[in-house]
Amino acid sequence: MWKLSGKAVYKGIVMGPVAVLKKDGQQVKRIKITDAEAELARLQKAGEKAQSQLQKLYDKAVKEVGEASAAIFEVHQMMLEDEDYLDAIHNMIRTEMVNAEYAAAVTGDNFSEMFAGMDDDYMKARAADVLDISNRLVRNLMGQEEIDFASMEPSVIVADDLSPSETVQMDKEKILAFVTVHGSTNSHTAILARMMNIPALIGVPVNLDEIQTGMKAVVNGFKGEVIFEPSEELCQEAERQICEEKEKLQLLQSLKGKENRTLDGHTIHIFANIGSVSDVGYVLENDAGGIGLFRSEFLYLGRDDFPSEEEQFTAYKQVVQTMAGKKVIIRTLDIGADKKVDYFNLGNEDNPAMGYRAIRICLKQPDIFKTQLRALLRAAVFGNLSIMYPMITSVEEVRKIYGIVEEVKKELEAAGIPYKTPEQGIMIETPASVMISDELAELVDFFSIGTNDLTQYTLAIDRQNEKLDDFYNPHHKAILRMIEMVTQNAHKAGKWAGICGELGADPELTETFVRMGIDELSVAPSMILKLRKTVREMRVAEE
Amino acid sequence: MKSFEYVVKDEVGIHARPAGILVKEAKKYESKITISKDGKSAEATKLMAVMSLGVKCGQTVEVTVEGADEDTAVEEIKAFFEQNL
Repeated sequence: MWKLSGKAVYKGIVMGPVAVLKKDGQQVKRIKITDAEAELARLQKAGEKAQSQLQKLYDKAVKEVGEASAAIFEVHQMMLEDEDYLDAIHNMIRTEMVNAEYAAAVTGDNFSEMFAGMDDDYMKARAADVLDISNRLVRNLMGQEEIDFASMEPSVIVADDLSPSETVQMDKEKILAFVTVHGSTNSHTAILARMMNIPALIGVPVNLDEIQTGMKAVVNGFKGEVIFEPSEELCQEAERQICEEKEKLQLLQSLKGKENRTLDGHTIHIFANIGSVSDVGYVLENDAGGIGLFRSEFLYLGRDDFPSEEEQFTAYKQVVQTMAGKKVIIRTLDIGADKKVDYFNLGNEDNPAMGYRAIRICLKQPDIFKTQLRALLRAAVFGNLSIMYPMITSVEEVRKIYGIVEEVKKELEAAGIPYKTPEQGIMIETPASVMISDELAELVDFFSIGTNDLTQYTLAIDRQNEKLDDFYNPHHKAILRMIEMVTQNAHKAGKWAGICGELGADPELTETFVRMGIDELSVAPSMILKLRKTVREMRVAEE
Repeated sequence: MKSFEYVVKDEVGIHARPAGILVKEAKKYESKITISKDGKSAEATKLMAVMSLGVKCGQTVEVTVEGADEDTAVEEIKAFFEQNL
């Protein structure tokens, strides 16, 4: 048994088996062999193992997602039996006298290149399947165990760090907790953990070579510690705590359908922050009053070209329809800074947080902006959609945006395409916008305070820099005064103000915000019922 | 040798799954079954080769069957194409 500490980004406690995620699968080395037949026998065995792994995946997938989606595993099985593919590996082993790992890896690359070179998107995508089966063979040959999410039992994921693409691939049902060596409180792992309501520890000095998949672990987000191979006594203690937490959670569930009303009758809105269409499930599950921040970046990330108007329209429409009349605030694209996308050709910047990003890109490259606006205005017909513009620093910017919106409306009008002009608000996330919030309030329909960036710009602290986590005081008086000022200025102009940054979800500040007169808090779906509980137990008038 | 021409109706063409089923089907016969498109050809028992023909919806393929059981094979393979592709 051993214990390690880290920083908890979501409090909670779980116990379960560990799944270690190691990066950059070991390099396949070219090794000269002397006995080709023995090498072929190894290959044969690895192939048989792969077949049975794929069969298991197939059976499981048929049960869980249906036969059509499971078919890919059947195709993988067939690819592994493909004569040309196997002949190529066999030949290479025989003629070059090399190890089976190397032969399988090289052959996999060759075949996958063949598919990648075809002028058909569907076939291009098959290149990944060929690589997948080759990697499976290589893993089996090397005796490595893979993390196979489909057949894995729910586990504690232990990794160096997790990239967005890795977390996206994961089957969320199978994750009990995250434990990572690196990552900051604002990393993707942290955001995902909060979204999913699971404990996550970052900055844990764990040696991945000492940990094995299948080992038992207790992750305690309250204490910020992880215990590997806990003693019997500790297991019992953990189980007791897990039970208690479950009871608390059930208590929270009983708050579903209730109002966010204080004991003395003041109500506020508690909305959800989401980052993809599939997150809408969490929003409904946690009984959010609406979506206060829908990050539209997901449409732009992880692809090679801009998303089309139709694609965006379909996504926005789906969300507003699913939310059935509840407010959905969509933030226009916030690319740049820590969110890089190759096809935007943004180039390197010395100071990207203060660089060419978000609304600045939209105003400089109005074509990109217009496509998104057209999709938004069209989707607005189908529900209660609002648009929110990020990174505003001046009144002129808002005027320019409105000018572009007018152009878009004229174009839609001329083309006879139905649209609706939605409510338009801005993010308050620069100190400049705070200082002129009185003037901005006259122009816009609402404010939503983005406390992450506002804090970073006000305290001059880079939120991606782990070394600065100690200096980052989100409760800094400067920030709280800014929030109060923004709220007052909004109210003076008869507009509403909300908070959509991490600070909005801080239960220690909920009472403060409600007393300041904040109208809306938009938080991770997992925090909604907790905040509702706090609101329902407080009074605005101080006793 | 028997042969027939077929226009693929499946909207994604001869994609992975039907190609896989085709391979299974083709392996049942002794005859050598070849699929050709635009001068390129592939043995129907080889999955990746069939896929690499990149046959799309609306394109015509020529299927040839040659061997001892070619009479039954050509009929059944033809029926298979009509049902699955």
